[in-house]
Amino acid sequence: MSATLTKPEPHSAPGPGAGTPGRGAAARGALGAALRSREIAVAIFLLAVIAVATARNDSFLLTGDGWRDLLLTPSILLLLAAGQMMVIVTRSVDLSVGSTMALTAYLTGRLFIDVPGIPIIVVVLAGVALGAFLGVINGVLVAYAQVPALVITLGTMYSYRGIMLTWAGSDRINASDMPSGFLALGTKSFLTIPLLTIVAVAVVALVGYYLHTARSGRELYAIGSDPDAAKLYGLKVPTRVLTAFVLCGALAGLAGVVHAARYGTVSSGVGNGIELQAVGAAVIGGVAIFGGSGTVWGAAIGAVLLVTINRALPILGIPDFWQRAVVGALILGAVVLDRILALRQARKFDEEREG
Amino acid sequence: MKFNTRRVSALVALTLAASAALTACGSDDGEGGGGGDSASTITFLPKNLGNPYFDASSTGGERAVGEFDGTFEEVGPTTATPDAQVPFINTAAQQGVGALVVSANDPTALGSALEEARDAGVKVVTFDSDVDPEYRDIFVNQASAEGIAQTQVDLIAEQIGEEGQVAILSAAANATNQNAWIELMESYAAETYPNIEIVETVYGDDDDQTSFDKTAALLQSNPELKGIISPTTVGIAAAARYLSTSQYKGQVALTGLGTPNQMREFIEDGTVTSFALWNPEDLGYLAAHAAHALVEGDITGEEGDTFTAGDLGEYTVGADGEVLLGDPTVFTSENIGDFDF
Repeated sequence: MSATLTKPEPHSAPGPGAGTPGRGAAARGALGAALRSREIAVAIFLLAVIAVATARNDSFLLTGDGWRDLLLTPSILLLLAAGQMMVIVTRSVDLSVGSTMALTAYLTGRLFIDVPGIPIIVVVLAGVALGAFLGVINGVLVAYAQVPALVITLGTMYSYRGIMLTWAGSDRINASDMPSGFLALGTKSFLTIPLLTIVAVAVVALVGYYLHTARSGRELYAIGSDPDAAKLYGLKVPTRVLTAFVLCGALAGLAGVVHAARYGTVSSGVGNGIELQAVGAAVIGGVAIFGGSGTVWGAAIGAVLLVTINRALPILGIPDFWQRAVVGALILGAVVLDRILALRQARKFDEEREG
Repeated sequence: MKFNTRRVSALVALTLAASAALTACGSDDGEGGGGGDSASTITFLPKNLGNPYFDASSTGGERAVGEFDGTFEEVGPTTATPDAQVPFINTAAQQGVGALVVSANDPTALGSALEEARDAGVKVVTFDSDVDPEYRDIFVNQASAEGIAQTQVDLIAEQIGEEGQVAILSAAANATNQNAWIELMESYAAETYPNIEIVETVYGDDDDQTSFDKTAALLQSNPELKGIISPTTVGIAAAARYLSTSQYKGQVALTGLGTPNQMREFIEDGTVTSFALWNPEDLGYLAAHAAHALVEGDITGEEGDTFTAGDLGEYTVGADGEVLLGDPTVFTSENIGDFDF
């Protein structure tokens, strides 16, 4: 992660979420404010969900398990949403993260079985490396072959899953196949904060720092805002897009390792459909699906909200069958809100231009 | 305008991607298998090879075949699809094997291939997963729905002292097997254990993560919960994993249907005291003996026929040519070391 961090550019630090070079400073400020409010709005909604669920049943927050699960359960989606967000900002999307995660989760289990006594850190690095490699394939195809990311990653989503099915078959990794030291990472805590949550939050912070301060990070926004302009401006568009995919793949790889540690079981169905949750988290958190704007904080809060609402609905007594519908409505609501805000923004720009 | 069109098409494409992701993926063809040539050959054709469950049933089958001095063969596809099983049935028919012991990937798709094999004089026994009765001589059923339901309720009743709240963690909401079992469990519990209340049924979709999170939600939303029954191998393993790292470990009992390899860890650390599953080795053993009895002409598959299945004892063919293995095997810390599947 940190290897790709470049030096912060002193002159390029507009508000979070802004990032279209060439637009007026006032507009930039207004856009930044609107997006900031979006993240705050989602965060308030999240707190409200937690408050209501806790009022209904205080074990949601106030017991040891409740507090731990509240923090721990979102960690996998946090990693995926942070990666996905970087890709979406460049006006791409990576649908293969679920399959990538499945492959690295299975690799994790296989390494523990086939190489007895292998150090845990080596396994973690191997998972991240495999994820990054799969990200390179996506990135090269998208950035250099100029095929839309949606098509490429839909293809690799099935290809990677196919490799997983061939490799794993009906085999499954069980908790007893992995060392207890590794499984303990899934629940270990520092000052009641689970280790995996700390890792996920650290990753989000690093991504946020990179996108906010590093020149190459800022350029991701520029590319997503207007790829043609970014190219004319002399930005290395393919390299930057490739970087975003590699980082996204690496984070998906890490998510696979985390999955193995947390759930202790790996079968060929790991991560089925989670790619859409990652996209959903980013959208709910205010990351524009067409690129160019949004923050990793937004995506992170969106991920926590998506997971938490899923856990809160049973407590609120919503029947099992309706829970998905509620999540769907949430995503639709976020998209509609996004559209309304964008239209209002556009009207404002027009007025400013005329006035 | 151009920008807008692009947005719309991107959205449409995303929708398409989302729906594509909902459909399951891929299959591929199996590989060829060897063949015996004498009428004393019993050929096992499991749903797929490399599956620990069927490895166990074949082990049982091989042991049975050794007892009556036949030749044991195992062939099968690498993926569990019906079309992949057909070539193996055709080959067995051409070789003129004595009997074919099949776990079918589809109740009807194998029909014509099995009919041809039977016309060629091959006896057909299905086990684990049946085809329509007209395509086979005998179906060796692993356990009756009643047996499965009662065993699980008895196990949880024993663990929680016959009273308290119990919840069920199932597979998908439309899983036929599970729904039939749950219905029987509810009525059996109501009759036999009046102090046990089944408070909720949740669905983990046979997905590790979903089952895991549903277990957490169950425990949180039912503070009085004493036990969980999970009649699915994925569900019970996920629930056990959650319980083993939770404050409810040892306080909330868990049982259901699981495989010893998945559950070993949780039996050893005390999260789970007992769970059940039919013994696939016995299943294969019984199926091989049933096949042998058919080949020898001892039975024809008529209701009321009886035959002896080695050390499992005597079995009677029931209605529709079904032979029932018996009640599921209960696994505890005492016997789990004897099983590997």
